[in-house]
Amino acid sequence: MGFQQVEHELHKRRLSRNVGVGLALAGFIVIVFGLTVVKVTRGDYEPVNARIED
Amino acid sequence: MSDASINTQAQEHEAGFGDYFALLKPRVMSLVVFTAMVGLLAAPGSVHPFVAFASILFIAVGGGASGALNMWYDSDIDQVMSRTQSRPIPSGKVSREEAFAIGMTLSVFAVVMLGLAANMLAAGLLAFTIFFYVVIYTMWLKRWTPQNIVIGGAAGAFPPMIGWAVVTGGISVESVLMFTLIFMWTPPHFWALCLFMKSDYKDAGVPMLHVTHGHRATRVHILVYTLLLAPIAIGMAFTGVGGPIYLSVALLLNALFLYGAVAIWRRDEETAIADNYKRERSFFALSLLYLFLHFGAILTEATLAPYGLGGW
Repeated sequence: MGFQQVEHELHKRRLSRNVGVGLALAGFIVIVFGLTVVKVTRGDYEPVNARIED
Repeated sequence: MSDASINTQAQEHEAGFGDYFALLKPRVMSLVVFTAMVGLLAAPGSVHPFVAFASILFIAVGGGASGALNMWYDSDIDQVMSRTQSRPIPSGKVSREEAFAIGMTLSVFAVVMLGLAANMLAAGLLAFTIFFYVVIYTMWLKRWTPQNIVIGGAAGAFPPMIGWAVVTGGISVESVLMFTLIFMWTPPHFWALCLFMKSDYKDAGVPMLHVTHGHRATRVHILVYTLLLAPIAIGMAFTGVGGPIYLSVALLLNALFLYGAVAIWRRDEETAIADNYKRERSFFALSLLYLFLHFGAILTEATLAPYGLGGW
């Protein structure tokens, strides 16, 4: 005999919160990664000495 | 306390993701996104599209954070007014402490991230916008003076300036004029709404102009601000962001807006009640279109400029 888990409104709200926070964090990672790629490829963080040597 | 009662209590008070999102005032955020985007696209020069996207996102998050802090501070009056009773804090879904924590965290996050993504001026302007909306408007002016909406409107006027600063790293006549356009537009827009909305600002102790000085004075104020707004809106046509398309749109919209303001000014309260504030309602609807089309025209000029069609 097993217990049947009842799907409660509360569980739905918690799920929506967890999924929302998860997606927000995933979005944040994508944005930080994207900004890093853009800044590095455009040479925003190139050391000043490197430019002089060139 | 039984398990059942604990469960019921949790069920009533636990918020879903949508309740936290509602703290950020999504409708206000949409205006912030649109005007900031126009400021960014109309600015001379360019930024990488991903930087532009991230900057707009951080400006929107900053705007949302100030909305959460506004709801945290105003939760007492939100509970009194029927229009705001369903907000997350008065409805008991989100606690004041949570709203404060979310507002503060997102404010710092948005400012720091905008500084890293764009530049320090844009981040500084965003920080000042949040400070202005939360401290100057919400905490100080809103409950103190009937001119609250006039000065507080500045907070909503900063986004195009921030968008402009993202690209140029500076402030110019054009960005100040875009700021002034929204700043001068806010009072007639909001006071028109006050005239026909059955608000309970009086019960909440908020000294709105129509509560402290009556509808007659509000009608006069709407006309005065509309008169002051017109030369600013039309004058912008002759700056770097203007052009023939913008001038045509501005001339038409300001003529309509002035016509509406004069009509509101000429009406007495009895006539307005008799037709259920028909003129005031149409003026309010026009005000929404007014701002959208002015910024839409600036965007059109900026979009056509690379093809030699926009601007003078």
